[in-house]
Amino acid sequence: MTAANVIAAANWPRLGLPRGVSDAGVALLVPLTLLGIWAASACFAWLPPQILPAPSEVWAAFLDMAQNGDLSRHVGISLLRVVEGFAAGSLAGLLLGLAMGLSPTVEDYVKPLFTGFAQVPTLGWIPFLMLLVGIGEPLKILVIAKAAFVPVTLNTLAGVRGVPSMYAEVGAIFRFTRWQVLRKIVLPASVPPIFAGLRYGLTHAWLALVAVELLASSEGLGYLLVWGRQMFWLDTVMVAMVLIGLVGFVLDRITAELEKRLQHWRIADGGEGQRA
Amino acid sequence: MTRRAVRGAVLPLLLLAVWEIVSKAGWADPRILPPLEQVARTAWHQATEEGLAYHLAASLFRDMAGFLIGATLGIAAGTALGLSRTADRLFTPSFNGLRQIAILAWIPLISIWFGVGEAAKIAFITAAAFVPVVLNTQEGIRSASTQLIEVARALTFTRWQMIARLYLPSALPSIATGVHLSLIYAWVASVGAEYFMTVGPGIGGLIIAGRERFQMDLVILGILILGLVGFLINFGASAVETLLSPGRPA
Repeated sequence: MTAANVIAAANWPRLGLPRGVSDAGVALLVPLTLLGIWAASACFAWLPPQILPAPSEVWAAFLDMAQNGDLSRHVGISLLRVVEGFAAGSLAGLLLGLAMGLSPTVEDYVKPLFTGFAQVPTLGWIPFLMLLVGIGEPLKILVIAKAAFVPVTLNTLAGVRGVPSMYAEVGAIFRFTRWQVLRKIVLPASVPPIFAGLRYGLTHAWLALVAVELLASSEGLGYLLVWGRQMFWLDTVMVAMVLIGLVGFVLDRITAELEKRLQHWRIADGGEGQRA
Repeated sequence: MTRRAVRGAVLPLLLLAVWEIVSKAGWADPRILPPLEQVARTAWHQATEEGLAYHLAASLFRDMAGFLIGATLGIAAGTALGLSRTADRLFTPSFNGLRQIAILAWIPLISIWFGVGEAAKIAFITAAAFVPVVLNTQEGIRSASTQLIEVARALTFTRWQMIARLYLPSALPSIATGVHLSLIYAWVASVGAEYFMTVGPGIGGLIIAGRERFQMDLVILGILILGLVGFLINFGASAVETLLSPGRPA
């Protein structure tokens, strides 16, 4: 066996993709093929439309809902709930995380209860809260807030604890007050981990919204799923699924972009330290 | 007892005491806030007469079936995506697109395609268990050291030997992380499947039944079991993960 043969034998086979094709082109190959099979299946009626509606029907359902305002109403309601719940939950999480991070005494008292609370998935708390507060708007806000609260608390706690002790020593030399230590050292230094927590929190909040709207709602994207399923309108279900994916993706992109912008807050060890 | 443990016990005990007082004093509807001893009685009654163990076994069976199928498929798919640039270019973008859809949003589609019985539930849990394993396996395979790959090539390893002796072992810690996440997702998905598909035996079904019958004690019992099982799964998976991680080849 020659050296060239050895290399060739160990290389993976190049399946016949021509070299110059762009990544986007290749990436579209699979969805387009699936769409083709889907369209063919609808065209030749391989499956009943209740099981798989034609792509054109899904598109028509989308246009219909977009035109009569249903779409923006449901998306708007869902977004509003997420924003409210996320704001409440992440604010509570920031405060608790800060309190536990700054004071080991608070952590000793609160952490075990918090851990127990966090151990039960959001999905488990929904029926409990339904009995306590009913199935109105407060339920949705509470569930979404809980989902955001846990990761934000944990990341804030870790972020505050992760502030290097030398920064605290510098603060001590300057005789900073407690407030100054918090404002000028702890908060700026822990922004990156806290922001990572907020991003997780938003993702969890969106998942929780879908869960709570599936269980108890008469509006919103999750409700659209339930309704479409009951009516066997799979086109509506598919439109709702795509929108849930899209909104979730956009929310995550926005926070990722903010995270990038905030990176210059980071106090780098060494050369860049003076920036902070 | 250490001071820490004492401090940690203060808030939970206080909470339980307030609960008991509110419940006993009749300040709240006893169906909404049952006294603690009634929760204990319900737990005993469920365990001895209503087949709590059967419910738990049904949930765990579904959980494990979905997890095993999902994780196995996930390791296979992740390995293929990690090894073949072509497969990666073809499938990863579509996979990432579908992954954006919150997992619970798949339930209506799955229940129309697979019915509302056991098959649909397991299909849903499988999907939930699949995702994290694919991502972590792919990442682990990619991270195989190029020096080792060169050595393996010089030794004229066959493709199968490359996978079995080089790629999979070096991806093992990453796969373990994926499997750990997958176990957690599968458990949550088992509860979700029981909530949203037909009510059958299972802990999720128990909680839903408790809510429908306005039996808070049943709901609380279900939540406690949910948290406990989640804790044990997490604990076991962490132990396995640390067991696998030091075996990392250079």
